[in-house]
Amino acid sequence: MRQLVRPLRTVWRRLTSMRTALILLFLLAVAAVPGSLLPQRPLNAAKTDAYIASHGGWGRFLDSIGMFDVFGSAWFAAIYLLLFVSLVGCLVPRIRVHARALARKPLPAPRNLDRLPESGRFETSASSAEYEAAARTVLGRRWRVAPRTEPSGALTVSAEKGYSRETGNLIFHIALLASLILIAVGRLYTYEGQVIVKQGDGFCNAVFNYDSWKPGRLAAEGKVRPAPFCIDQMTKFTATYTAEGEASEFRADVTYRRNVDAPQQTASIAVNHPLRLEGDRVYLLTHGFAPRITVHMPDGSVRHDTQVFVPTNPTTYLSEGAFSELGKDGAKQDIGITGLFAPSPVDEGGGKIGSASPIVANPVLSIFVYQGDLTGSGQPHSVYTIDTSKMHKLGKKNLRIGQTLRLDNGVSVTFDGWIPWASLQISHDPAQGYLLISAVAMVIGLLGSLAIRRRRVWLRIAPVSGSAEPSPTVVTVGGLARSDSGNFTSEFAALLARLRAAGPPVEAPSADVIGAGKD
Amino acid sequence: MAGIDGDMAHLSDGLFTTAIAVYALAMVGYTAEYAFGRVARKTVASAAPARELVGAGGPSTTSPPPASVPAEPARRPLAQRIGRWSVGISVLGALIHGASIAVRAIAVDAVPWSNMYEFASVSGLVGIIAFLAVLWRLPALRHLGGFILLPVILMMFLAGTVLYSRAQPLVPALQSYWLAIHVTLVSIAEGALMTSAVLTVLYLVKSRYDASKMQSERLFNLAAKLPSAETLDKAAYRVVAFSFPLYTVAIICGAIWAEAAWGRYWGWDPKETWAFIVWVVYAGYLHARATAGWKGRAAAWINLAGFGAITFNFLIVNMVVSGLHSYAGLS
Repeated sequence: MRQLVRPLRTVWRRLTSMRTALILLFLLAVAAVPGSLLPQRPLNAAKTDAYIASHGGWGRFLDSIGMFDVFGSAWFAAIYLLLFVSLVGCLVPRIRVHARALARKPLPAPRNLDRLPESGRFETSASSAEYEAAARTVLGRRWRVAPRTEPSGALTVSAEKGYSRETGNLIFHIALLASLILIAVGRLYTYEGQVIVKQGDGFCNAVFNYDSWKPGRLAAEGKVRPAPFCIDQMTKFTATYTAEGEASEFRADVTYRRNVDAPQQTASIAVNHPLRLEGDRVYLLTHGFAPRITVHMPDGSVRHDTQVFVPTNPTTYLSEGAFSELGKDGAKQDIGITGLFAPSPVDEGGGKIGSASPIVANPVLSIFVYQGDLTGSGQPHSVYTIDTSKMHKLGKKNLRIGQTLRLDNGVSVTFDGWIPWASLQISHDPAQGYLLISAVAMVIGLLGSLAIRRRRVWLRIAPVSGSAEPSPTVVTVGGLARSDSGNFTSEFAALLARLRAAGPPVEAPSADVIGAGKD
Repeated sequence: MAGIDGDMAHLSDGLFTTAIAVYALAMVGYTAEYAFGRVARKTVASAAPARELVGAGGPSTTSPPPASVPAEPARRPLAQRIGRWSVGISVLGALIHGASIAVRAIAVDAVPWSNMYEFASVSGLVGIIAFLAVLWRLPALRHLGGFILLPVILMMFLAGTVLYSRAQPLVPALQSYWLAIHVTLVSIAEGALMTSAVLTVLYLVKSRYDASKMQSERLFNLAAKLPSAETLDKAAYRVVAFSFPLYTVAIICGAIWAEAAWGRYWGWDPKETWAFIVWVVYAGYLHARATAGWKGRAAAWINLAGFGAITFNFLIVNMVVSGLHSYAGLS
């Protein structure tokens, strides 16, 4: 049994030593570096895949060791869990020691106060008992004081202050642990959904309504029920720009209900101003344009369609998208349209269109029209493109609002106008409020642990031996700084001066020979 | 958002350049005091209690301190006077520098630290103010002014050339009062940590000098004029003890802002990751200073690693790595 326990104890002691904690801290810092330099899958999956594809075996190797999801990788978790255990192992005994120190009186005075880092000596004509009372008044409430009488008859005063330094330090570390736990809890219960909403449309908070859905573990298992609110309608989306095309404001005005039965309310969601509902926040992420068209189909029917176009250029908002108008099954009469939407069109020559800025000024919809079978090869593809493998091109044109492209067999496409769309994100994290409290506790603890000064001072008060009545009293003072913040030498000198002033001085001539400070 | 006041922006740029020139003048002064102020150093050193150990045998510590401070000579030595003027010139520079930032604020009608140029300018000013504050408490460090001004001037030069961006209004993501709080705290903390890094470099030089046998060599002998290694180490520590809680608050404010702006309080954006790294490294420094075997030079290197991480976060993450914090204003 003993042979088993001893190595375990050694391992435990090693793990909880400061040295190990330091090494783990550095490992943590170093381990975070690749997470900032390599593309990370949770942040940008497309970029990550492109990186792996362009780096071949090296990319796949990095992928296999979790370099593209550093903060979700086993080795990163191993480091912070070890640090966590090390911290707990270090904190538990410290809490015990500190609790004992808080309950205990300050330590008795050492025999030779002169040998302490700071010391001083002076005489007073007050009696020992009188001076002791005066000295305790000087020390006041900020010092914890313990008076004692030595066998020789000398009175001693042990004083200590700055206990809150260790208290602050412990609060900081406990709050740090609490924060880590709250982050973990939050990640279990969190969910995040994104949805594109055209002006005039709305959605309810349900998983199937989202274009992208990132649940935490418990949310993925269905154990977290999304809050039952609905954004009934995005009534208006406003984008404001400066004359140079720099964005100055984005705002989505919405009507919403907190639950299905609640009365309808209105709100404005803007960047930096999410809509906060119980437990859920609704954010405005990005925006774009959705062109409206009217299509005359080969069979003579008329279709009105509005499709979301995605900006391909984040500065000019030149956007790309597609319309799919299905005709009769198997008749090869489907109409597919791919297009570019230029809010501030610039003719780049050869019929190519570009955009100068995101400000909408006489926009152009540049279209390619195809006819055939839209089901194509059956391969999955983005909703912003169409599969033209079983279609033939009918024609192309750059249209201004109101203009029409007329094609063979009665097909025509009219650009009717556009409406804005906004991408909204719904986020849920029940732990984040508690996390903030815990973070504030960390800061308070940190301030206490770095700003408060731990000091010990002792006084020994004794009558001068063998001198004439009334005998003066000799006071010896020694001080020790238990933390290296501040300048204890000058602090001690100031305290010594106040202690000296507390007792009436001895009549001349002895007053002149009193020395102070370090001998 | 109001537009940009071009005249004001122009005035701000002029004041910025003037501040660099004034700082450069002060730096020359400090350096002159450092290089030629042998006599001056002696006076200052003996005025302070001679607590430092005499390991190195610098000229000022070989003789026991006099019982009382000698009376001030009627006329201060030239080097010392130059040193005092330099402080005055630095204060003047800081005032012009502050005016440049204030005028820029008026020009953009917002807090003027939304891009790299503005951030570098504010951090530089904080560095200068941190040094002047240290001087207030420890006047004996005055002749080290050149060591603080050199990196500030270099950074400001970099800011005014490579990182420069014209005054422009804030993009929507930056239109928040958290910009003022978060970025102010970061620039104060990082400006102060730069001062700590400079003190740490001087500490490493001095402690190397103390331990070395080459004290007769002329160039190396310049280190003899540095304050004691213990003083430098302690000053560097105190600045970190001041900056670390500020940096912590800055990160927390950043997280609160990120929650409102980006929908999550933490997302391992490259800037966030590096802020985390910086925080962990300085936490390591504070622990190392209290750990046997890590005190002294090892802890000092950790301090420098922390400042290295800050520099990386400022220059490389802004200019090379793309992320959500891409407000550098460079194109």
